[in-house]
Amino acid sequence: MEKFNTSNIKETLEQSEPSKVLPSGEDLGGAFLLHLADTTLILSQRNSEWCGHGPILEQDIALTNISLDLLGQSRNFYQYAATLINSSTNQAGAQVTEDSLAYLRKEREFKNLLLAEQPNGDWGQTILRQYFFSQYQYLLFEKLQNSSDEQVAAITAKALKEIKYHLRWSSEWVIRLGDGTAESHQRMLHAVDELWRYTGEMFLPADYEKVTGIDFSFLKDAWMKNVKAIFEEATLAIPENVFMQTGGKTGIHTEHMGYLLAELQYVQRAYPNSEW
Amino acid sequence: MQEFGSPYNDRDPENIGSSKVPPSEGFREAAIWQILETVCDPEVPVLSILDLGIVRNVRCSPYPHLGDGGENLEEVEIIITPTYTGCPAMDMISINIKLALAEHGYKNVKVTSMLSPAWTTDWMTEAGKEKLKAYGIAPPNVRQQVCNNDLFAPNEAVQCPRCNSYHTNRISEFGSTACKSLYQCDDCKEPFDYFK
Repeated sequence: MEKFNTSNIKETLEQSEPSKVLPSGEDLGGAFLLHLADTTLILSQRNSEWCGHGPILEQDIALTNISLDLLGQSRNFYQYAATLINSSTNQAGAQVTEDSLAYLRKEREFKNLLLAEQPNGDWGQTILRQYFFSQYQYLLFEKLQNSSDEQVAAITAKALKEIKYHLRWSSEWVIRLGDGTAESHQRMLHAVDELWRYTGEMFLPADYEKVTGIDFSFLKDAWMKNVKAIFEEATLAIPENVFMQTGGKTGIHTEHMGYLLAELQYVQRAYPNSEW
Repeated sequence: MQEFGSPYNDRDPENIGSSKVPPSEGFREAAIWQILETVCDPEVPVLSILDLGIVRNVRCSPYPHLGDGGENLEEVEIIITPTYTGCPAMDMISINIKLALAEHGYKNVKVTSMLSPAWTTDWMTEAGKEKLKAYGIAPPNVRQQVCNNDLFAPNEAVQCPRCNSYHTNRISEFGSTACKSLYQCDDCKEPFDYFK
């Protein structure tokens, strides 16, 4: 049983200043939900850039399906976060919604993994980014589905069924490309070189993750074991002595994030409160 | 209650046990179940939302409540569950439920989405599976559909909805909507969707 629960969230949210509409670093539980929501939203946005550009139609559809699943998961987390934030601030008329959390926060307020915001690169790089994340998400959500917070347990249990498809699809592609032609192998080596430095962050808990009771060193070992097995099949080597980039979980992003948000948030920024 | 398509008819008893919501009883709920039978899945219009197994429960206030003009203000809550998390049809289904009930005079309707326990293909009715097949979509196999963890696992045998052959091939685990995979029949060559 994970220690993460609503009472943690409420307690920390209630301590925040009533004028705060959006949670800040002190709102530990709410911040954890936003971290989960932000990572799935940003990765969904990145993957969706492939829509209409996939190497073949079926794989274009596969990646956009994964995008849609991730977007659905992020909506569930944002909706839940919004409920908790609204119930803890006694402000009339300043209610946050899933939309305001996604469209009206600034770069420094986003807590997504750096891995999620990295550019698509080629197909191999997109596949590897998805594989690294799905492998991590699978292990993390397996823990969270037993959370004492019923809503977190329900969202993650539901999502796990979808993640299994993502993990299997991306694992197969890593093997297919790594152990494929000389060209595809070369491209996967490049992808590993580009992305490995963003994998360490997943296992370094931010303050809001430390209160969840999740054992991140267990997650790291399990992740590494699975990645090693897939890399072996794919004839790829695990890089050693790579400096790991961090900061995404606390709002310090890579230079790509601003451009991504500019595109994601453009309509709401240019035409505030416009509706579809 | 059974003849009105209660979602608990043919479900895994384990799932029923894990649900905190008791099956709804009473004739007023039954009337609402009958109306819900007319609400279709916008993506697969031959299926009602009851065929699909996404309506988990119907709750009414204990007594009828009429407004000054005689309108029905009875509180009705419909609890639905998504097939897949990101399914964009859910918002549309929720609107269609309210419209269908409004046509029958129910003005005070709330649609609630419940995620747990998660939907499985087991909840689709047998009648729904037959309608799907007639529509050209292969219905889910009897065994609950979950993703096989083995990489490059051989295709599960899926029957072609057109010529009934089992010589079919999975083209992609992902299809035109979140709830479908893409197959092709090796005998009649027809590509088809499989409900996963």
